[in-house]
Amino acid sequence: MAETTSANSYWAANIRIILISIVIWFACSFGLGILLRPTLSNIHIGGADIGFWFAQNGAIYVFLVLIFVYARIMNKIDRDHGVEE
Amino acid sequence: MDQFTLNLLVIGASFALYFGIAFWARASSTAEFYAAGQGVSPVVNGMATAADWMSAASFISMAGLIAFGGYNNSVFLMGWTGGYVLLALLLAPYLRKFGKFTVPEFVGDRFYSTTARMVAVVCLLVISITYVIGQMVGVGVTFARFLEVSTTTGLLIGSAVVFAYAVFGGMKGITYTQVAQYIVLIIAYTIPAIFISLNLTGQFLPQVGLVAGYAPSGGETYFLDKLDQVVTDLGFTAYTADTTNMLNMFLITMSLMIGTAGLPHVIIRFFTVPKVSDARLSAGWALVFIALLYTVAPAVGSMARLNITTTFWPGATTGETFSAPALSIAEIDSNPELAWIRNWEKTGLLTFADKNGDGLIQYFNEPKPVTDANTALAAAEKALTEAAADADKAPLEAAVAEATTARDAALEAAMLNGQSLAAQGLVGNELTTVNNDIMVLANPEIAKLPGWVIALVAAGGLAAALSTAAGLLLAISSAISHDLIKGALRPDISEKGELLAARISMAFAIALATWLGLNPPGFAAQVVALAFGLAAATIFPVLMMGIFSTRIGKEGAIAGMIVGLLSTAIYIFMYLGWFFIPGTNWLPNTPDAHWFGISPAAFGPIGALLNFATALIVSLLTKAPPREVQDLIQSIRVPKGAGKAVAH
Repeated sequence: MAETTSANSYWAANIRIILISIVIWFACSFGLGILLRPTLSNIHIGGADIGFWFAQNGAIYVFLVLIFVYARIMNKIDRDHGVEE
Repeated sequence: MDQFTLNLLVIGASFALYFGIAFWARASSTAEFYAAGQGVSPVVNGMATAADWMSAASFISMAGLIAFGGYNNSVFLMGWTGGYVLLALLLAPYLRKFGKFTVPEFVGDRFYSTTARMVAVVCLLVISITYVIGQMVGVGVTFARFLEVSTTTGLLIGSAVVFAYAVFGGMKGITYTQVAQYIVLIIAYTIPAIFISLNLTGQFLPQVGLVAGYAPSGGETYFLDKLDQVVTDLGFTAYTADTTNMLNMFLITMSLMIGTAGLPHVIIRFFTVPKVSDARLSAGWALVFIALLYTVAPAVGSMARLNITTTFWPGATTGETFSAPALSIAEIDSNPELAWIRNWEKTGLLTFADKNGDGLIQYFNEPKPVTDANTALAAAEKALTEAAADADKAPLEAAVAEATTARDAALEAAMLNGQSLAAQGLVGNELTTVNNDIMVLANPEIAKLPGWVIALVAAGGLAAALSTAAGLLLAISSAISHDLIKGALRPDISEKGELLAARISMAFAIALATWLGLNPPGFAAQVVALAFGLAAATIFPVLMMGIFSTRIGKEGAIAGMIVGLLSTAIYIFMYLGWFFIPGTNWLPNTPDAHWFGISPAAFGPIGALLNFATALIVSLLTKAPPREVQDLIQSIRVPKGAGKAVAH
């Protein structure tokens, strides 16, 4: 029984991190890159407005950070719940 | 040494390297053939995944698409990278824990049904075969351009090369070859980009150059502002202009993202790493190596666009766009730095015509009424010259006169540089073709780089096309030998027999891909749109539900996949023709005719939603999955206990 509870709380922790990551994933690409571009057109990064920059470069950098942070946090959660390989 | 010999040497050396690696890493068991023995480090797998993923389209065509589409074509940049986040978070670790060799095998076990497995095989084959056609065409075109052979010969050479290392090496040979191919292609892509960025912005990093100042005018104007200015002067839409259809842009990006995460040849790459945590990390490394090219691509595209425009309007380099006359034909033929224009004219990728006979090549965005009036006039003149000698020519001459009047009125109405075209003696745009692909292929020559860089770009283009083709062919052959033969037709086949079957399937897949490459249905770009839409609407949802739901059963999964497959395929065929046969479409492929303005390439997410909804409704009406499947779901959710894959 203890094992099932541990597995459930492990899965709940994983789902929570996935949801947070998906929100960030959506915000940097669809949000800043597409939907909010007209609203934020006054903010600039060098020669590009922030929406254009996120659509062409910025979103990719955020994706990268997101995956490595997720991999790192999950390794810790794996250990905390005793389910690491 | 001339350019051709140099190309031959560099390409030949790269091929010798691939063959050497393939011989060293040949597969001796099914585990090695399908999943490289599951001993590949996450960094190496990431690099191989990047080469697998970046096709001829990424290497050769994407920068050109961005160059001419501007902000709108950011969909490719976000769409073809964002999918890796979904892979790392939602699919790769769990499928690695499952620990078998193919995507349909997971679908078959999780949904306890051979039927579900076979439906997944059908989806996989449709996706991978449509995708591989584009690669084979890309191989043929690249060989033809750089080795001066016909496209058909080029395609056959390419098939022979893939055959040599994929059939014997399997996943193991392909993985290590792809690492070498990645290194070749990334060097070939970034070297010209760095030189051009230094030229135009003084910045070493092209990513910084994109948002930096424009160096030839002293750096006071931003490069992007300069580009916007020059292209709008010539009547084109501004490079950074906002999209006119936000919903469609949103859906295409989503389709490319979830399509990427659902492509079988990408997913199976994550079966090759030793551990679940390695699968997460490997997706990150794959994106690092992909990002090296994808963050450079916007700079390559925009800088090539400015370079080609200022080549034809030399005044624009340092001053106003029209401060000097357009480039003259005499200059093209006498200036050795412009020899590339004539070279590329031979390939048909860049063509020009001095329509008004003034010896200059005026490049601008020709308004549609002018194009239509010119076409009508040419047709009327053709009818007159082709008329029989004894025919009554009066009505034909009257038609020509009428068409001439209409054309002159159109030239009077169209404006360029604040004056009508008629007042400037212009009859139309004289740079008649600028193919997208030229933005990468001719980049080193436009930037006046040495010959060995040009040869490297040739080898890079071939590496990109060959590595993707090999990955796709492996996905196809493992679906046939492992899912169809071992999984359904001959379950008692021996390991040796299956390895032989895998090699024969691979040979068969190469033959089929070659044939389809020689006789492509419709245009490669449309076919690739279908592959992403279908992956988004079939494989991605079924895998998601298999991992994150304990309630979806076999009936729901099968119904969902079929609905996703059919709805997406029918929507695409409605506008692009049934099975891409030209002329068989029901509706014209124009924004007005699209359902809510959604283009066929953007339908994937809608198909995925239909898939999810169908699976959910059908599952609520049928029985929940049995006990042993519940156990399987619990076991794939935790990393512990992932060992070597079980071969049987």
